[in-house]
Amino acid sequence: MAAVQVSLPLPVLPQGWSEEKDFKPIGQLSSATQRNIEPVGPHFLAHARRKRHHRTFSEDERIQAQENVKRVEDDDAGDISEPEDPLMLQRDAKDWKGQDHYAVLGLSKYRYKATESQIKRAHRKKVLRHHPDKKAAAGSSEDDSFFKCIQKATEILLDPVKRRQFDSVDEAAGVEPPSKKQAQKQGFFKSWSPVFEAEGRFSKDQPVPKLGDDNSTKEEVEEFYNFWYNFDSWRSFEYQDEDVPDDNENRDQKRHVERKNNNARKKKKTEDTARLRALVDTCMQGDERIKRFKKEQQAGKNKKRLEREAAEKKEKEDKIKAAEEQERLRKEAEEAAKAERAEGKKAKEAAKNAVKKNKRVLKGSVKDANYLVPAGEEAGAKRVDDVLNDVEAVMAKIEPEEMALLASKLNGLKVADEVGSIWGDEIKRLVDAGKIEDGDTKVLGK
Amino acid sequence: MTVVIDGGLAEGEVNAIGISFGNSNSSIAYTTGEGKAEVIANEEGDRQIPSFLSYIEGEEYHGTQAKSQLVRNSNNTVAYFRDYLGQDLDSIDPTPCHASAHPQKHESTVAFSIQDTEPETQNVVTVSEITTRHIRRLASSASDFLGKKVNAAVISVPTNFSEAQREALTKASKAAGVDVLQMISEPTAAVLAYDARPEAEVKDKMIVVADLGGTRSDIAVIASRGGMYSILSTSHDYETAGAQLDQILVDHFAKEFMKKHKTDPRQNAKSLAKLKLEAEATKKALSLGGNASLSVESLADGVDFASTINRTRYELLAGKMFGAFTRLIEDAVKKADLDVLDIDEVILSGGTSHTPRISTNLQRLFPPSTRILSPSTLPTAIDPSSLSARGAAIQASLIQEFEKEDIEQSTHPMVTVTPHLRNAIGVLVVSEDVKKGLFTALVERETAVPCRRAGVFAVPREGGNVIIKVCEGIRDIKITKKEKAKTNGKADSDSDSDDDQEEEDEEVKEKVWKVGTVLAEAAIRDVKKGGKVEVTVNVGVDLGVQITAREVGGKGGVRGNLDKPRSTENGSA
Ligand SMILES: Nc1ncnc2c1ncn2[C@@H]1O[C@H](COP(=O)(O)OP(=O)(O)OP(=O)(O)O)[C@@H](O)[C@H]1O
Repeated sequence: MAAVQVSLPLPVLPQGWSEEKDFKPIGQLSSATQRNIEPVGPHFLAHARRKRHHRTFSEDERIQAQENVKRVEDDDAGDISEPEDPLMLQRDAKDWKGQDHYAVLGLSKYRYKATESQIKRAHRKKVLRHHPDKKAAAGSSEDDSFFKCIQKATEILLDPVKRRQFDSVDEAAGVEPPSKKQAQKQGFFKSWSPVFEAEGRFSKDQPVPKLGDDNSTKEEVEEFYNFWYNFDSWRSFEYQDEDVPDDNENRDQKRHVERKNNNARKKKKTEDTARLRALVDTCMQGDERIKRFKKEQQAGKNKKRLEREAAEKKEKEDKIKAAEEQERLRKEAEEAAKAERAEGKKAKEAAKNAVKKNKRVLKGSVKDANYLVPAGEEAGAKRVDDVLNDVEAVMAKIEPEEMALLASKLNGLKVADEVGSIWGDEIKRLVDAGKIEDGDTKVLGK
Repeated sequence: MTVVIDGGLAEGEVNAIGISFGNSNSSIAYTTGEGKAEVIANEEGDRQIPSFLSYIEGEEYHGTQAKSQLVRNSNNTVAYFRDYLGQDLDSIDPTPCHASAHPQKHESTVAFSIQDTEPETQNVVTVSEITTRHIRRLASSASDFLGKKVNAAVISVPTNFSEAQREALTKASKAAGVDVLQMISEPTAAVLAYDARPEAEVKDKMIVVADLGGTRSDIAVIASRGGMYSILSTSHDYETAGAQLDQILVDHFAKEFMKKHKTDPRQNAKSLAKLKLEAEATKKALSLGGNASLSVESLADGVDFASTINRTRYELLAGKMFGAFTRLIEDAVKKADLDVLDIDEVILSGGTSHTPRISTNLQRLFPPSTRILSPSTLPTAIDPSSLSARGAAIQASLIQEFEKEDIEQSTHPMVTVTPHLRNAIGVLVVSEDVKKGLFTALVERETAVPCRRAGVFAVPREGGNVIIKVCEGIRDIKITKKEKAKTNGKADSDSDSDDDQEEEDEEVKEKVWKVGTVLAEAAIRDVKKGGKVEVTVNVGVDLGVQITAREVGGKGGVRGNLDKPRSTENGSA
């Protein structure tokens, strides 16, 4: 055969990969299946030529070779044989509604589970045995009644709609719910599981959740009961209809029967729904898991309460702590403010003192300079008043800092000229700065 | 000088044809000088020759002529007998013979009671004898056509034809002067008919052969590997075939007739036989056209009946039955442990395969990549009614020169029984997802060993050193659920809310490879830029593996062996 062309590239050889002769054997093939090749076609003949190689195979080898060959053909329905009830063989085909179609085909143990192919094979098997031509050949009567039963059974079971109608009323496929005693004796799960498995055949939703066991989780159990309390069933009851007369003569009668059938179907459906509900109720009542989950839930609730209380307590404590903390912070702040205020007071005092002191220096400076009268002269009372008034006037207008600066300039000076010129400068500065008017002073700065 | 015997055959000369022998129809085919298979028409021009024999006043009628005797001479008409050969009455289904001579017990075999020599003389004729007469007629038609006596044949039979049935057929055929060189299975014959076409190439593929006949339908899933065929599963259904489709039309027309005339033509054997024959013709016409008519002279109570039906109506009436064909095929695929995604080809064989709806339904069952070989899905498809006969003729041409002993030995289980690989073998290549290698199969699963497959691989753009990882690949079906986009929501009218509920989430199925056992690693160094690497895998009968790899056009290369598995578990699964 031609080589396959692959356009995706081979991977790059990993760094450091090294093997003897660049080949590394790792595994072996999985085992193989023995099968027959069809002895047909030119390629097979070439294969046969190679394989035979002038050899002749024996009968023994034939048997040996065939021993393990995988079989392709089915056994003829080995799984669908069951003894035939002699009473069933005498059934009248006219009474097909009363017949167990599965039993007729030998599928009693499969019922609604039987596959289409099983039904077909079962049918064939029954036909092979009961075909009327064979009975005639065997010299028995021309009675083909059971053969008709077989045909009817097959017709119904191979038609999905008819089969559902029959399966709906196939009591033999149902499992009765266990009595309390039975449930106790066999165990809850063992006795109830088959009941639900059987009921599950009516479910439109498949697969149907299983009853489970003691290890099922709460979610699983809840899902199970939820499912069954909301069961969506395809079960219907037309199979049990009364025959509708099919002649056109009696229309009223026909309509009457139809109405009756319809009502009966509805009634049966309602009853069936109620039946199932009651069944689920009973099961749930006996389900120890439900009780256990309730207890656990109760325990869970207590736990929750304790947790809640603890939380509340903690919250309270936290609140108190927070309040305390706030208080502490508040106090701290207060203290700091206090300290700050105290600090301010001191500074003010100091400033006041400084001002006082500086005022003294200023006043003292004119006094020391003998009120700025020329040397040898006596300062008259008026002169003293005027100078001191000027000093007062200046002091009233200037800031403490200016005062301090002025005081520092005047400090230690006694000579009238010097003191006078400093005052003069200061007054001139103040007049320039617009802080005092030229006429505010009478002596100083003149 | 060779001794010339009857029909121009030299002594010892074998002149073989292919025969398909069905319950409903038989066909004869030969191969031309160029090895092409052709179906032979008999004197009446039929290529599908009804497997019917009928006797009127000692005279034998065959084929279509015999079939038409179902109306007037049903008791002396033998039909649908192939499956009875080599069986006893207990194990046969007499149903198909309801309207012709009934099978009866005769010693340990089946026979018919008919007036085949002269009127009023009831003879018991065994099914073997009937078969002999039928094959004699077939061989004589072929001899007339070929101008040379036919004295041998390859005959196609169902896969579940038992040893006893085969023996009986061999004997009956021999009695007709036709030596059975080999019996081959019908589905394999169909595959061979396609593979023998000159344009066909040998490829590994998974094939479903659906042989849909008149009284039965047989499905086979076949692994075709290097031109050799292995059957993986088969299914047989005796309730889903052409006769059931005829019945649907019979019922339809009978009801129509009853509406006007009150009489049910199905209650009278003769009327029913007439209606059946015509209904079958109508059914065949519906395979070709959109409309078909039916007319029966004096159907019942001396009243003529004529009607028409269109294909849509027919497909509606037969819808359920068509669904059963589809399910049958789906089941066979499952039975082989395969998915529809695994199937490369569906070969539709048998007369009922002409039905357009059956093949278009299959187009929906299988993915678009699956080729559906039928007249209504593929213009180049071979006539499905002729596939078995063609395949048989090709096989006949291949072995007619063989000694008997050679054929016997070549078909011996020591030759045919062979281990088939469970998993594919392949090489990892680089895909978009750089970290994970992508498995590329070289040897498909279900390949018979010994076998040898090769692949030529690209390398990274710059060339250089590459690694070849050989492993087993396990086919997996990946299912992703895609939520169906809810169309237009509530704004739309309520009327289509029903549809919405039925729309379930769409499942997208995909075939993917899981990397199984790693078998070996090999390095090829210094591959040229743009170079290629060829990897060859050789699997021995003992499942030992030899791997070789080399740069295409380069020197040397790597070679290594893997031991056979320690325990060869046998395949009785
Ligand atoms: N063109 C067609 N369209 C539809 N059905 C057809 C067509 N041609 C033949 N058939 C039907 O095919 C059936 C016969 O199939 P076939 O010739 O393959 O018979 P067979 O192999 O002898 O079958 P079996 O052994 O199952 O009876 C009949 O039911 C016939 O009506």
